[in-house]
This record gives sequence, structure tokens and C-alpha cells, in this order.
Amino acid sequence: MHALEVRNLKKTYKNGVVALKGIDLTVEEGDFFALLGPNGAGKSTLIGIISSLVNASSGETRVFGISVQNDRSRAMAEIGLVPQEVNFNQFEKPFDIIVNQAGYYGVPRRIARTRAEKYLRQLQLWDKAFKPSRTLSGGMKRRLLIARAMVHEPRLLILDEPTAGVDIEIRRSMWAFIEGINRDGTTVILTTHYLEEAENLCRNIAIIDSGQIVENTTVKALLGKLDIETFVLDLSAPIEKAPQVEGMWIEMRDSTTMLASLPKSRNLNALFKMLEDEDIEVKSMRNKVNRLEELFLRLVEKQAEQSA
Amino acid sequence: MSNPVSASSYWIGYKTIVIKEVMRILRIWAQTLLPPAITMTLYFVIFGQLIGARIGEMGGMDYMQFIVPGLIMLSVITNSYGNITSSFFGAKFGRHVEELLVSPLPPILILAGYVTGAVFRALVVGVLVFIVAAFFSDFSIHSWPVTLSIVVLTAIVFALAGFINATFAQKFDDISIIPTFVLQPMTYLGGVFFSVDLLPGIWETIAMANPILYMVNGFRYGMLGVSDVPVSAAFGIILVFVAVLGTVCVTLLKRGTGLRT
Repeated sequence: MHALEVRNLKKTYKNGVVALKGIDLTVEEGDFFALLGPNGAGKSTLIGIISSLVNASSGETRVFGISVQNDRSRAMAEIGLVPQEVNFNQFEKPFDIIVNQAGYYGVPRRIARTRAEKYLRQLQLWDKAFKPSRTLSGGMKRRLLIARAMVHEPRLLILDEPTAGVDIEIRRSMWAFIEGINRDGTTVILTTHYLEEAENLCRNIAIIDSGQIVENTTVKALLGKLDIETFVLDLSAPIEKAPQVEGMWIEMRDSTTMLASLPKSRNLNALFKMLEDEDIEVKSMRNKVNRLEELFLRLVEKQAEQSA
Repeated sequence: MSNPVSASSYWIGYKTIVIKEVMRILRIWAQTLLPPAITMTLYFVIFGQLIGARIGEMGGMDYMQFIVPGLIMLSVITNSYGNITSSFFGAKFGRHVEELLVSPLPPILILAGYVTGAVFRALVVGVLVFIVAAFFSDFSIHSWPVTLSIVVLTAIVFALAGFINATFAQKFDDISIIPTFVLQPMTYLGGVFFSVDLLPGIWETIAMANPILYMVNGFRYGMLGVSDVPVSAAFGIILVFVAVLGTVCVTLLKRGTGLRT
């Protein structure tokens, strides 16, 4: 079954801005789906329509086969939303925020309290459960949004840039939590600016730009399109200038970190030969993780050229 | 498994809004319950005891007795309206109204939850003013059913009106304009302190067009058994307002006016 089905979805705001130009999108049940796009591409509008915060101009949205436009209440019961911006009452306590949210979804208070404790503990917020939520740090507030979205145990969890501005340690603990939720069967849709996040977590991906889907495929297939690979080399001793090798692009991130990009058709022997000739010793080497970033930029640039 | 949406889940949702509202009102009692009690005590002292003693009788009774129902209604109206505008606009301003908008709760239950909260505050304040009044005047209730139904229905009317105000409001100034420039003058001129019989010709006719006059007099009839207007007219006007304002509120919520993009 499709967890989400969007057909010919259009949105034009009152000020004339066309946010969505007829989007078609399908997300399968159990998927971990990434929705990427530059600022102003239409991601938040799309999420707003799915979660009924924004009224569509035309088109249809179905969540597990239930129409958001025609059967809003049943459709909303299936969705948990983690918005981009903090939108809970900052004068309330995290525990109360979560218990109340559960109530809005019809979860009895006794069960709501148990679940509130469960999710606050899982997201390392239990020690803050009864403190005013305005005293939480930025990362804690983001985790509270996730706990709130999970309390009615939705089948579809939508996260709109959940890790924006969160430090790497907390980001990783959030990833682990969301991965666990997905493993347990919840379909996850994630928008993010950290392309590394999408590459590491998601199976399928759609790239949206200027209100249109410009790519919709598996992360693996998308990465397969990348014909240039970049390696990060950590050097034993600092060097002043990046050496040059024909058919490769070499640059220095800093004096001991070298970035070498080369087409997949070329082997690495030429690179290592050059390093040996130049007497450069390599301590370690790895793939640059955010390969998706290159693809993303390429797709968005291509779209911009076509629009022009 | 699919999340069920049923009458019992809706009931839990409605109850949650009510509990949240009641807890908010009780938590900030110094802002919500105490000020009207103090203000009304001053009214009773100044208008009732000091000035009222010189006025003598009004509508065939002691002036202090005459103003008690009006002052209770004044508190009920301003607190019902004020509660819903501050609470709902606050939720809109802080964006936590989105917690409700993305939930399965139908618009009518969101409205009912907020209205119940406003009526709760209006009634608690009404009871406090009633207790204060009992220190200044002797009175017995003429008709409990009329008194209670008029006060509850009036609180509902002004909760609905406040909800509409909060829906359209963009900034905090927008929720103080109507109470200051419309509601307060209408209430003061709505027979709280005087009988319309005292007004000369055209002013009496103008006063009769003020719906608050009917609410105050309907309540006065319930408490004291005297009224400038037929009680049936008071009930009729209040019920029409409940129906019209209620329909407007539900329509606005369904459309998402001022709430959804």
C-alpha cells in the first residue's frame, strides 16, 4: 500500500506565488524517503498540504489511501508531523505538551502518560519532562517535537528538517531513534539540508525544485549516476600546494587534508604514483560522504538552466 | 494498524482542550479570576453604597439590588470574551494552534473546547462577583432556571464572538480594540446601571437595539423578577446570536481563515 500518494498537486498563494506546479509523488509503506530541494523549492508547502496546514489549489493527497481533502480527520490520525520551527507552547512542560497532543488524537490520558514517559526517555529528555519547555536547548526542543509527533504512534512520520542547527552528537542520536522507528514499521519522510543525512538514512529520494519534482528514484540509483568520485586523504605532514595530475582534480581542504576527485573510469594508481613521486605520505583515505551534494547541485543547476 | 477515529476519541480530544484551558485559567488565577472580583467590589462600594444611597430606588427596588445582576453580567461578558481571545490568539501567535490543526479533531470540537473554557472562566468569575454582592445586598433568586440558562448562553455568545475576533486578529492590538471600543460601551449602555425607562424618547429606542440590554435584563429577571424587556425576547435574541455566531465560527475554522495558508 502507498503510505502517501500525491496526484497533480498545485498550489498558488494569494500573492500569486506558484509554490507547486502539479506534483506527482508516491511513497511506499515502510519506506524511508528523502525530500530534498533548495530553499523556496516547495518542500514545506507540500508538507503543509499533506498535514492539512495549507489548502491545496488543486490535486489530491492520500495517506494510506485516505484522502486528506475529503476525509481529513481519518487521514490526520495516520500522520505525525515534526515541523521545521518550534511550535509548542513554551510555557508548558514537555510532559504536558506530549500528553495533550496525545489527547487531541484520542489517546486516553493513562496511555498518553505512559507513552510520554517512553518517548521522552528514548529521546533523552526525561530529566527535563517537568521543567518549562522554554528552558530547553535548541536540540532538546527539536527532540521534543519528535516525541510529540510520535505519541499517537502514527504510521507516517514526516520530519521537516528535524536536525537543522543540531550538533553532530545529538543529530546522530536522533538518526538512531528515527531509524529505529522506521525499522519498527513507521514510514518516514524526511526533508533535510544535510545531504549526508539523506544519503545515510534514506532508501528513496525525490528532489523538488521550483515547485516540480526533478528527480524521483532510489538513493542507490541516484548515486550510480555520479561518474566522479571524491576521496579525502589525510596526510602525515603538511604540504603547501596541491599537486596536479592529469584527468584529476586535486585541492587542499587544509594543509594536511587533500581532496582528490577523479572519474570512475580511472584507477587510483596514477594518484598514488604521483603521491609517491612527490614524497607525500598518506595516513588514511576515505570516500567523501556527501556525494549526494554534488548530484543535488548538478540537478538543481540543470533545472535552473532549463527554466532560463 | 490504522489509528481509529471514533466518537470516544473525539470526546477525549474535546476533554483535553477543556482540561488544558481550565488548568491555564486556574494556574494564572491572579490574572484571570482575581481582577474582576476586585473591580466589582469597587463598583459595589462606589456605585452601590456611596452613590447608590443617594439615588434611592431603580426599577422599583433598592439601587444596590438593581445593579447586582448587571455587574455579574458585565463580568461574565468581558471574561468570556477576554478568555477566548487571549487564549486562542495566543495559541495562534505562538503557532501552537498547529497542534490542533494537524490533529484529527473536527473544527466544531476545537471550537467547543475553547468555548467551554471561556464559559468556565465566565461562570467562576460570575460566582465570585455573586459572593461579593452578597456582602453588600440582600437578595434571593427569583428563577434559577432563567438565571442559569441566561448566564450560560450569554457566556457562549461572547465566547463565540471572541473566537471570531481572535481568528481575524493579526496582532495583540487587534484583540483589544473590540472589547474597548465596542463591547464595553455596549455593556455600560446595556442597562447595567439604569433602567431604560429613564432614557428620553429616541435614546430609549436606540437602547432597545442593543442586544446586551436583553441579556442583562433577562438575567435581572432571573435574579430579581424585574425586567425592561420580555424574557422571551431575551432568550430569542441570545439563541439567534448563538446560532449565527456558532455557524460563522465553524465556517471560519473549516475554511482555515486566519489559521491555514
